[in-house]
Amino acid sequence: MLFWEGCPSHPEALELLQDVLRERGIEEPIELREVFTLEDAVELEFPGSPTIRIDGRDVDPAGATDPPALTCRVYRLPDGRPSPVPSRQQLEEAVV
Amino acid sequence: MSVIESPPAFDLPGVDGRNHTLDEYAAATILVLVQSCNHCPYVLAWEGRIDALAREYADRGVRFVAVNSNDAEAYPADSFDAMVEHARVAGYSFDYVYDESQEVARALGSERTPEAYVFDADRRLVYHGAVDDNREEADVTTNYLRDALEAGLAGETPPVADTPPVGCTVKWRP
Repeated sequence: MLFWEGCPSHPEALELLQDVLRERGIEEPIELREVFTLEDAVELEFPGSPTIRIDGRDVDPAGATDPPALTCRVYRLPDGRPSPVPSRQQLEEAVV
Repeated sequence: MSVIESPPAFDLPGVDGRNHTLDEYAAATILVLVQSCNHCPYVLAWEGRIDALAREYADRGVRFVAVNSNDAEAYPADSFDAMVEHARVAGYSFDYVYDESQEVARALGSERTPEAYVFDADRRLVYHGAVDDNREEADVTTNYLRDALEAGLAGETPPVADTPPVGCTVKWRP
């Protein structure tokens, strides 16, 4: 999980991800990596915080191609509402 | 209470095509300034509630003004043109102004978007902070901003005067 400290959503996202992995019996460790600068964001193709990749795949492919930025990432919940964290459903589908 | 005591003077372009000044709101029973922007998911989560409050309290003389101070060069989604489009799509009922110099944000001491400031009839700050206590509207238990409006209209002190704003950081210019 890539995160930028300027956005407060990563602890919630991490907790949600841990919960989904635990529920699925997956014990692989979560690698946390902080993004400090725009240069880091460009190098890591980081479209906003948090960005979660499972086996290299973004849990929200639609948002993965947004320009690199030190910002909060916008996710869409299943009902269309915006959210600063991915939905449980997105994470569950990503770990299949 | 960690921020200023009264609203800063301003003269800023609004998405309605004209400039808005602090003096313009002199007749308002309460003035609410909201540090805001277009791109932040926390703003997107709360803007509907902010707009609903602005509409609900309009006939009681409460005026809302949202202020975007973000660095639009680094964050093009927060440009003035994008503000115009965002306000149109979101159907904002309140004024939305562009603080390109960031002077208003600095004067307010803003840190986050959204971050609300409620000034009473004498333009004294009576509440600063979050709109309510949960990003998920269905889980809200305390409506800080609404409570502040009701208290302000009654000439009373809000039950809670200061809360930590939850949201994106203000995007300062280098």
